[in-house]
Amino acid sequence: MTKKIKLSELGSLFGGDIEALEGVKIEGDVEIDLGQLGLNPQMAYALGHETAQMAFHLMNISRILGYPVDQIGGAAAPQPKKLSKLIESKFSVGKIEEWKTPIQEVVLGATSSDGGSRKSTVTLGGEGSLPYYFDSPMPHRNHITMDVFDMPINMAKAVKSNYEDVINSPAEWAKKVVRDFGADMVTIHLISTDPNIKDTSPADAAKTVEEVLQAVDVPIVIGGSGNPEKDPAVLEKAAEVAEGERCLLASASLNLDYARIAEAAKKYNHVVLSWTQLEINAQKELNRKLMKQCGVARENILMDPTTAALGYGLDYAYTNMERIRLAGLTGDTELNFPMSSGTTNAWGAREAWMVSSPLKEDSDWGPREYRGPIWEIITGLTLSLAGNDLFMMMHPGAVHVLKEITQTLYGLKETEPVNIDNWVSAVI
Amino acid sequence: MKLNSPLQVYKFLPQINCAECGDATCMAFAAHLIDRSKKLEDCPPILKDEYKKKYLELQTLLAPEIREIIIGKGERARKIGGDDVLYRHQLTFFDPTAFAYDVWDTMPENELVERVNKISNFRKFYVGKFLTVDMVAVRCVSGDAAKFAGAVKKVSEITKLPLILCSLDPAVLKSGLEVVKDKNPLIYAATEKNWGEVSELALNYKVPVVLFSQDLDKLKSLALTFREMGIKDLVLDPGTYPQGKQLKETFEKFIKLRRAGIKEAQKDIAYPIMAVPLNAWAVYKDAVTASYWETVLASVFTVRYGDIMILHSLEPYAMLPEVHLRDTIYTDPRTPVKVAPGVNEVGTPTKDSPVIVTTNFALTYYTVESDLSSNKINCYLAAVDTDGIGVEASVAGGQLTAAKIKDNFQKAGFDFKEKTSHNTIVLPGLAARLQGDVEDATGLRVMIGPPDSGRIPGWMEKNWPPKPK
Repeated sequence: MTKKIKLSELGSLFGGDIEALEGVKIEGDVEIDLGQLGLNPQMAYALGHETAQMAFHLMNISRILGYPVDQIGGAAAPQPKKLSKLIESKFSVGKIEEWKTPIQEVVLGATSSDGGSRKSTVTLGGEGSLPYYFDSPMPHRNHITMDVFDMPINMAKAVKSNYEDVINSPAEWAKKVVRDFGADMVTIHLISTDPNIKDTSPADAAKTVEEVLQAVDVPIVIGGSGNPEKDPAVLEKAAEVAEGERCLLASASLNLDYARIAEAAKKYNHVVLSWTQLEINAQKELNRKLMKQCGVARENILMDPTTAALGYGLDYAYTNMERIRLAGLTGDTELNFPMSSGTTNAWGAREAWMVSSPLKEDSDWGPREYRGPIWEIITGLTLSLAGNDLFMMMHPGAVHVLKEITQTLYGLKETEPVNIDNWVSAVI
Repeated sequence: MKLNSPLQVYKFLPQINCAECGDATCMAFAAHLIDRSKKLEDCPPILKDEYKKKYLELQTLLAPEIREIIIGKGERARKIGGDDVLYRHQLTFFDPTAFAYDVWDTMPENELVERVNKISNFRKFYVGKFLTVDMVAVRCVSGDAAKFAGAVKKVSEITKLPLILCSLDPAVLKSGLEVVKDKNPLIYAATEKNWGEVSELALNYKVPVVLFSQDLDKLKSLALTFREMGIKDLVLDPGTYPQGKQLKETFEKFIKLRRAGIKEAQKDIAYPIMAVPLNAWAVYKDAVTASYWETVLASVFTVRYGDIMILHSLEPYAMLPEVHLRDTIYTDPRTPVKVAPGVNEVGTPTKDSPVIVTTNFALTYYTVESDLSSNKINCYLAAVDTDGIGVEASVAGGQLTAAKIKDNFQKAGFDFKEKTSHNTIVLPGLAARLQGDVEDATGLRVMIGPPDSGRIPGWMEKNWPPKPK
């Protein structure tokens, strides 16, 4: 016979007055199934029965309450003993029931049938669990967009050597990253528009955007210079010349006129990148403003919660993204959008570019040409595990490796099975 | 742990507010036990006989969900496991992933010594401390027990780091254990085939042991069986496959094990988990590619629940990101990230020393401070209150402005006329655009330093002292 009791009824089981015992109060009504509980919970536990765990908890609770449970079954704790065969057992674990709200799907790029001129599109989002988890299949793989600048910029040596032949031509640069480096998308950064750099006019900058759109047939990201006064005008003009292409406009933020960027996205059919700085509540606020105040449709919003480099605040960036993703999955519809990472920021870490450590006490840092790409890879990989969907990257080697690992965890990589049974004695 | 409010803990404490633990009240101490910033043993009264029953009860209730086990002896002994949450923001992760690097018993002795020293001596300065690695894993490649024992002996003579003895042959493990039996090494591994003999070794030598099976049912069987025999210090290795679908499955196994241990409180498998990124070398032979992939695997399992791992590459480009990512994941998110704003002395500054500005973001501040002090540059270093945001972002976001800089020196009572002979301030290179504003706001001469503080020594040679106007 199975008898179910509740914790609050424990007192009757043991015939005592729970309220009086040490003032311990047990909250909530947890049901405990006593159906197969034998006389000796400790032995039952050791034998690994399903119900024995319950018995063990019950015993613990009883002990907390002050009962001499060790005497309940009349047996002492099990002595170490030699077993001749393994205790049979099945492992199982449940899925996370709280992940009920999927991440919004967002399509970047538009083909001719949808009013654009891209040959292919990129779909991000749609996840119903943390990335690569078994709880629900991840519908779309991660994607990588590679950086192109509208003027020569300072780059770490290891990066620069890949772009010296195209550094003066954004169109050639864009072609190269798609053709040679496997970029899924291209980001054109219009940094020359900054009044403190070249103050290129929005109209001239828009010409560069047109050139890039003609040079490649993948979806593109249009980035401003980061100047909050100038960016709205630059992105507006760029959005106009790229009408219908579903470009990603980078970025709308709380410290500039985000409404103008939202308006341009709506008018010319683009997607808005909602950028905040490592602050989940600011991200909620901006997303809310874009939706409610500016009327941007859900399928036209992507988030950039900010990427800090490995060793330079990645702990904040990682946890911020993980919290945003968990909030989205558990029902916060102001945060369940796909995310983008400026992974190139990894190159700001001195470990990525400095010839050697400035500190004599450090162990040798080794050759920097190998340090830089791995810094970019690990920064991106860490954020991919937090839920990031789109990576803005710079180094071709880093792109290659990040693709390999994210697509492996996603399930795209078929390889010959490897036997690891005897790794211990492997000759390396 | 099974308790989640200070009140629940308080009920077990002596409730005498003796303050011997350093907290004024037992309730305050209870709060520290809940957030795990203090240990029960910090309370002297509860260790007395009269409280023994409550002490033991509370100890059980406060124990972390994932069993905490100790490997090694002495100051370099390492705890692993000990976690209570699945995501670091829910509390923090405890006991950072232990990194063990391998040596093997067929190495020539000089190479073995060199490799062990490299592992022991590795260090990387970061935010006021050195990042280091933790253990040496000795692999038996020869299959020869005596040879293995020799290698173990040599390694234990030259390092204080804890050891992992690796062989699937119980006789080989035994010969290694004989050499370091008083050093609490971790033994690797008990499997479906050898568990009988290996369990005897774990019992007789009282050492922690790794259970190795790619089949989670079998892994749980092994754990149950060992536990039944009285062996509690267990580590689970579900196998780390280096690529393809097998790697995806490995990733899922780590998630499953940890979720079962923490979310579902399945005590039977709530043990630390081992990853073996070294298996990257089974598929890549080229050293750079293998090192890269090994670092990638190490990173995946540092983020997702690996408590201890065995690695091979000692290349700096592998070790540096590994130790930094571990620090990233295990840094306590509850500790403040800012330093107190103000003007601090580095070394012994005089009137001719520079006055350098940075932000109060702890990482930025400590980086600049260590670059200055390790290069013996005497100066004043101002930590401007930017709400803990770094230089570049705070200039862009408006948290670092001329007014803030002026205010910082005023509040600190720092008078340039009195403290300096040069009336000059040095701004970070990444704050160059504030130059004019700062000149206007403060009336000081403003110089622009390098964009990275690592270049301050070179900058000083060229630019300091400033030429008279």
